[in-house]
Amino acid sequence: MIEKKPIIFLLLATATILVGTIITMVLPFRWINDPKLAIASVKPYTPLQLEGRDIYIREGCNNCHTQTVRPLLSDTERYGEYSKSGEFVYDQPFLWGSRRNGPDLARIGGKYPDAWHVKHMKDPRAMVPRSNMPSYAFLDRPLDTSLTEKKMKALKFPYTQADIDALKGKTELDAMVAYMQKVGNDIPWRKTGKAEVLGELKNPFQDNLSVLPEGQKLYAEHCAQCHGLELKGEVGPDLRDMDKPDSKVFATIYSGITEGGMPAFGDTLGKERTWKLVTYLKSVHRK
Amino acid sequence: MNQQDGYADDIVKGFVIWSMVWGLVAVLLGVFISFQIAFPQLNFPPYLTYGRLRPIHTNAGIFGWGIGSFMAFFIYITQRLTRTSLWSPALAKAQLWLFNVVIALAAVTLAMGMNRSKEYAELEWPVASLVVVLWVIFAVNIVMTIVKRREEQMYISLWYILATLVGVAVLYLVNNASIPVSLTKSYSAYAGANDANVQWWYGHNAVAMVLTTPPLAIFYYFLPKATGVPIYSHRMGVVAFWSLIFMYLWTGAHHLLWAPVPDWVQTLAMGFSVMLIAPSWAAVFNGYFSMNGQWHQMRENYLVKFLIFGITFYGMQTLQGPSQSIRTFSAFIHFTDWVPGHVHMGTLGWVSLVLFAAIYYTVPRLYHTEVYSIPMANMHFWLVLTGQLIFSITMWIAGVQQAAMLNATNPDGSLHYSFIETLAELYPYWYMRAAGGVIYLAGLLLFLYNIYKTITVGKAQAAVQPA
Repeated sequence: MIEKKPIIFLLLATATILVGTIITMVLPFRWINDPKLAIASVKPYTPLQLEGRDIYIREGCNNCHTQTVRPLLSDTERYGEYSKSGEFVYDQPFLWGSRRNGPDLARIGGKYPDAWHVKHMKDPRAMVPRSNMPSYAFLDRPLDTSLTEKKMKALKFPYTQADIDALKGKTELDAMVAYMQKVGNDIPWRKTGKAEVLGELKNPFQDNLSVLPEGQKLYAEHCAQCHGLELKGEVGPDLRDMDKPDSKVFATIYSGITEGGMPAFGDTLGKERTWKLVTYLKSVHRK
Repeated sequence: MNQQDGYADDIVKGFVIWSMVWGLVAVLLGVFISFQIAFPQLNFPPYLTYGRLRPIHTNAGIFGWGIGSFMAFFIYITQRLTRTSLWSPALAKAQLWLFNVVIALAAVTLAMGMNRSKEYAELEWPVASLVVVLWVIFAVNIVMTIVKRREEQMYISLWYILATLVGVAVLYLVNNASIPVSLTKSYSAYAGANDANVQWWYGHNAVAMVLTTPPLAIFYYFLPKATGVPIYSHRMGVVAFWSLIFMYLWTGAHHLLWAPVPDWVQTLAMGFSVMLIAPSWAAVFNGYFSMNGQWHQMRENYLVKFLIFGITFYGMQTLQGPSQSIRTFSAFIHFTDWVPGHVHMGTLGWVSLVLFAAIYYTVPRLYHTEVYSIPMANMHFWLVLTGQLIFSITMWIAGVQQAAMLNATNPDGSLHYSFIETLAELYPYWYMRAAGGVIYLAGLLLFLYNIYKTITVGKAQAAVQPA
């Protein structure tokens, strides 16, 4: 019948399409971003962070990097605390992404020191040897701030004249690093999620020279980017002639030093490989 | 059955030719960015980086090649099924101009980094507004042609066409709602998890309303034309149509499984995705049963080969898609190369094979000639089939391998591999994918040459003996 009445057919088809639309897309507005689910410590972006976020969007970083940690072991162990909807209330647009050609960045904030990011953006493979990320050295150019105030007003984010004045002389790279350090760092997950090492720790590989080649390989993969292939230090300190006890070195690698910008490697290396790394580090001396 | 009947066919020629141009752009860019993934030195910032080129690849493919040829065939099919000439050929001419302006503007603005970041809705608000104007012009012309039709009964293809017209309009308007800051910059009107839920309601239903209903409209029209026998079951077509357009709209959140959107939205999406197998396979069976007693045509008729392989990939796509929508499977393969493998089976296998058939069928008729070379069309078929299978299968294996590595743990519960260790193992697969892309491109070039020769021969014949 209705196949002879195009206008009625059109209206019926529209109604059919709208049922699922209303239930799964319109109705959830009632629950998602409900003020009751807000997280007090999550703050809007500062002008510099917002400009960094806009560069992230301009360069299409979201084509390769996601920003959601799923409540799955392989995600939470690798990236950190799983993502909560309250963390994204200032994200217009959202940047969760759909493909990990690179790692998830939802917990990148505070993981590495600024200097690591600068070096990595300029030459990704210098920091991560087999990475396929393009080089973003060209971001080391003056930041265009002509729209900053309009952007902050459009998104209703608070700012002061001092914030705007502080943008003078900043580069696009500065903005990008400021954004990276903010992402996922508004909730105190590092403190709550940190594994404490308790009791006496004894190196199972002490004086076991056979683990040195593996330790060296682990060092090249995970540590050399910041401490240099010859351990002379670069972003991080010089590691030659380490005089700390094995247990202290183990704890530093395993749990990281948040204030110092040293990431925790316990989740990716596990105990055994961390000990092998400790054994290697203690074996290296200034010649 | 051409210009003599008063059908506006010059405009169909225009859309066919331009959609092929944008299709070539999409595939060339696709091959290029597949090399960029394998060889990062091929990124040339700022304009030619993967991050900026990938949206141009998807937009040129979905909107330039896909929508462009759908516009061609909607105009072609609607006139014939209604036995009525197009309501306004002048409007259609304006539409063709605007279409090309919009796609060119999209490519330029995306390369310049003007990007809303939402997948398949990247265009900044001035360009997106032009898309809306374009769609309104198109929809009005088609609907008015149907309203003043001379054939009372509307054939299945016309239902799919009408559903596409309203579906795309609703999706596009809602997901493009923006807060403009300047001519070149805007922010999404929605925030965080809301924005995500709106985006994937849009994103997945763009698959429904752009990559499913239009090719189905075209398939249902050209399969009987190519084989000379009618579609197996009208009633099955009715049931499949209504259940398809009802169920699709519930499924967007299967892109957000395990993400912080409400659990019930995810569960509904998962359930409806699995239920969608039924209407999808009803179309597949309708295609297969229409071939009863006609299977020999797979050997003899190159058009049938394209169409039946196309609907077969549609069937595989609509089994694989629902399985990916199940939480446990999604947890494993989501975010890996598996997904591009899945998407390209749909776009290169299903949509493009059907469009190739429709172009091979219509172009000789529009130019009153025969297709230039059938052996070349067969060669084209095997090249694009091989290229696409290499692409998809390689990516599925890569996805499963990476997922397994990402999930591997040591006896003490810690992870066995760092992210970069899993990525480093993918290079060989990326080389293979790029090779598959090159084979596909070779097939496409052969196709373009064949159509080009068909048109020039047709024009030459017309010049010798005016009709």
